[in-house]
Parts: sequence; C-alpha cells; structure tokens
Amino acid sequence: MSLIKLTNLTKQYASGDEIVEALRGVDIAIEPGEFITIMGQSGSGKSTLLSVLGGMNHPTSGEVEMAGVKLYHLPGEKLADFRAHNLGFVFQSFHLIPYLTAMENVMLPLAIAKMATKAKKSAAGQALERVGLGGKFDRLPNQLSGGEQERVAIARAIVNNPHILLADEPTGNLDSRTSDGVMALFRELNGAGQTVVMVTHNPDNGRHADRTIHLKDGVVVDV
Amino acid sequence: MKLHTISINNLKRRKSRMAFLTIGLMVGIATIVTLVTLTRSMSRDIEAKMDEFGANILITPQSNGLAMNYGGISLGGVTFDQREIRERDLERIRTIANHQNISAVSPKVVGGITVNNHGVLLVGVNFESELRMKQWWKVFGSEPKSEHDLLLGTDAAKVLNVLPGDHLTIKGEQFTVTGVLDQTGSQDDALVFAPLAKAQKLLGKEGKITLAEVAALCSGCPIGDMVSQIAEKLPDARVSAIQQVVEGRLKALNQFKRFSYAMAGVVVFIGSLIVFVTMMGSVNERTTEIGVFRAIGFRRSHIMRIILLEAALVSLLAGLLGYAAGMGGAGFALPFMAESKNAKLLWDGWVAGGSITLALVLGLLASLYPALHASKMDPTEALRAL
Repeated sequence: MSLIKLTNLTKQYASGDEIVEALRGVDIAIEPGEFITIMGQSGSGKSTLLSVLGGMNHPTSGEVEMAGVKLYHLPGEKLADFRAHNLGFVFQSFHLIPYLTAMENVMLPLAIAKMATKAKKSAAGQALERVGLGGKFDRLPNQLSGGEQERVAIARAIVNNPHILLADEPTGNLDSRTSDGVMALFRELNGAGQTVVMVTHNPDNGRHADRTIHLKDGVVVDV
Repeated sequence: MKLHTISINNLKRRKSRMAFLTIGLMVGIATIVTLVTLTRSMSRDIEAKMDEFGANILITPQSNGLAMNYGGISLGGVTFDQREIRERDLERIRTIANHQNISAVSPKVVGGITVNNHGVLLVGVNFESELRMKQWWKVFGSEPKSEHDLLLGTDAAKVLNVLPGDHLTIKGEQFTVTGVLDQTGSQDDALVFAPLAKAQKLLGKEGKITLAEVAALCSGCPIGDMVSQIAEKLPDARVSAIQQVVEGRLKALNQFKRFSYAMAGVVVFIGSLIVFVTMMGSVNERTTEIGVFRAIGFRRSHIMRIILLEAALVSLLAGLLGYAAGMGGAGFALPFMAESKNAKLLWDGWVAGGSITLALVLGLLASLYPALHASKMDPTEALRAL
C-alpha cells in the first residue's frame, strides 16, 4: 500500500478575473522509504503540489491520502495535528526563528507535544547531532552559516520522527559544495528509512533521488 | 521548550517595540491610578475636615420674626415674641441619641456696645472651641487667654485704631487686644470677641446666650436627625443645619471626579489603541513566522496563546509600572490639589489590584483581534513567502 496517494488532484487559483490552474489532474503514488524529487520550471505547480501534500492547501478537487488517512477530510484542527505528528518541513529560506537558539528552533515542533522538557532537549540534541551540529546548540541563527542553518532546519523537520519529510528547494540558497553536503544528508536520512519528497529545480539533486517526477503546467509529464 | 518560551523570547528580541507598548499602556494605567488616588485622597481629606469641623448646626432663639437681611445688608427686621436660650440648657444637647456625633458646642452671646465712641458688636465666645471650629482664622498677635483679653476683627481694629498689644476700655474695664484677625470676608471682620462670661456680664445677659453652633462629626452622620433631636431637647430654640459649604465642596469634588474618570477613559482608550496597533503590527511582521508555526503543526489556539501570552506579560508589567508611576504622580500632585496641607495619600490594595487587573484586561482585549487574525493566517502564506 502506498504511503502517499494523490488521485486526480486539481488546484485552481483566482488571479484577478482569471482562473489559474496550478495542478491539473495529478495522480502520484509514493511508497514508504522512497526519495522523490519533484522538478519543473518556475510556475509548473511544484510548490503548490508540495503545499497540498503538506496539508496546508486545500485542493480544488481530488484526494490526498497519507498512510490511509484522507487528509482533507480531517475536521478542523485535526489537520494541524496530522502535520505535527506525520510531516516534517524544510523550507528554502530555512525560516528559522531568529530569536531562538539552534536547540530551541529544533525543539519548536515539540513545544506543543506532551513531553517532559528533558525529553524534548534530548530529542533535539540527538537531531542536531544527527545533522552534524553537535557543538552549536546555543547559537542563534545569525551566528550560523547558510549550510548550518539548513542543517538546523532539517533537524527541526526530523525531530519528531515524521513519516514524511517535505523539502521545498532546500539547496536553493546554498553554494554547490554546501548543497552536496545537504543532499548527502537527505540521502543519509532516506537511507535510515525516512520518506523524502523534495521540490527542486536543480537537476543535480535528482541524482540523489530514487525517482523524479516532472511537472509542466500543472501536469505530471514524466515519472 | 514550551509555548511561553516563544512568547518570552520574542518579547526579549523586540525590546523597543515592547517598551513602546508597555509605556503606552502604562501611561493609561498611571493616569487612572493618579486620578483615582487623588480624588479618593481629596475626598478623604474633606471627610476628615468634616469630622473635624462638623457640618455646623446653628441654634438660635425661637421667634416669630422674619430676618430682613440679604448678602450682608441688614434692613432691620420684625421680631416679636423672641425667647431666650439659657446657657445651662445647652447641656441637654449632650443627651440626644446621636450625642456621640457631637464634636463641640460653641455658645455665643451677641450685643451692641460703645467703644471709643464707636458702636460695635461684642460677641462673647468660648475661645477654645471657637478657634477649633474656625481653623481658617488667622490671628495676628496671640489668642486671648484671660478674661480681659480681646480678639478683634480686622475692620473693627481699623475703626478702633488698635493693634495687638493695645488697650481698650469697655464700660470702665480695661481690656488688652491680644490679637487681630486677618481679613475673613465675613461678618467676623467687624466684631469684637471677648470671653463668653465677661461678654455676658458686659451685656447684662449673665447665663444667657444668643446662639450656639454645634460641630458634629459628620462623615456619614445623620445631620437631619440630629437637628430634630436637638430641637426636641430645646423647644425654645430654632435649630438648623448649615451644610451648604461642605456640600458645595463635595459637589465640586464630584465634578472633578467625573472629569477625572472621563479623562481616564480617554487615556485608557488611547492606551488600548496603542496596544491594538502595536500588536497588529507585530503580527503582520511575523506572518512568515506564524506560517511556519502552522506548517509544523501548531493549532490556531496555540498561535493565539503565544500572542495573548505576550500581551499578558506586557500588560502585567505595564500594570505594575503604571501603578507605581500613578501613585508617584498622585503623591506629587496631592499637596497642590488638596485643601489641607496635611492631606495624606491613600494607599489602597484595591487600586493596586484593580490597576493591574485593568491593564491585563485592556491588554488582552486589545490583543484579541490581532491574535485571532494571526491564528487565522493561512500556512501557505509562509510557503508563498519562499
């Protein structure tokens, strides 16, 4: 059984008087433990697809099913709870909270979890160790390099052991050498069983993936 | 890491914004505390004065006459069947039901005499009680102590051309003018005051009095009842209450109170507006951050808690600082505004608790909409900002 199943997914936006079709009948199935990259040109609908996958953007029609749960059938705040327990996000600009230390940023998803502070610290420490930032727990984001900030963002995404890791252009703001390091880290996480879905426009990143889905004008053109 | 860690760290980061927010609310709270404490302290001061002087009750002989004077101008009068009050009758005043409310009884005898070829009104008083009741009197010289000492009103002293230390002869007896009153603007300026017993003797009214003033402890005392009770004990006397002055002061104070509360209302409204605008600005500035919170699974209620907790912390600080500043302001202003120099600042736990509670309620109410607005933000906004 697929971990993620998108069926006949469409998403339309109103832009002034025009209706923009960002996704047009997308069907995708992703198996547990897969490393998928979604590629396409700017405006192809890949970021929209990721936000719909992430339970943050209601599709106009179609179904998003994750681990047997129809995501957009969940009532009210249950969708937020689903995100908290099952999804990890890595954003292009890292989006670390500037007034929190690396440790606190990583602990952020656990702030709403019913766990002892000690356990939260332990989990965040392990996540930071895992991304190679063992000695920089107390650094603020502006005291870290771009690559280090990306690693903190990845640690934040994996701290609660989500089923799926969603990444939107994670290397978009990094130089090629740092990008390679980050992609190696994603590969390593995937190797440990983590399902990864990554939006990227960098063909080099596709080399690390099991499969690449190509989008063009909101339609899957190649899998 | 808990939700309050986010709130506290955000406050620490945005120090200047939060200082502005705190000051805005603090000024509102301080204004309220100052005005409330001032009015309460001034009310207490006036009540204390009322206790001290009493709302005077005037006891005059019963007559079937009509007074024919107005604004200090006397046109004579038609008085007949006038009865007299005997000095010993006044002792009965102490037997009324509300006798514990009586602070002092000041009997007076009044009569015309000739001094240095000038006709003057001699008033016999008990100086001890008279000076206690009329604390606004300013005496140049000293207060009369012996039976041959006199106190003159300023006009009387001018007409008789005497100063403190000079002597006057009345009906063959020599008296010393020990003191002269500063201008009072009342009929006291034209009077010659002598000890009661001596005046009764000079006027040929031994054991009799013309009128008596009663000082009642008046903070909530039943003046009307006391007047009835005294009238019952003294059937030959007319008993009336003189409350206009005190009532006038209280009326003025009540007007000040209303003005103060209106002012406080305006300041509080402005303070709330500052909180609202600042919190709204803060929320809008944190769109991406709030989007990230939502993306990683924070519920709307979590976002609201973060924003409202920040507002509560700032409001609490503003309440504490506002109370301290307000009490400082009231302490500074009270000597200038109170009638008595001895007016004391009223420290009240309710004002302290109330100001902190008010700051919290205002801060939270003003932040409610920004918090709701933040909680309703679409998490895709965060992704769109990428």
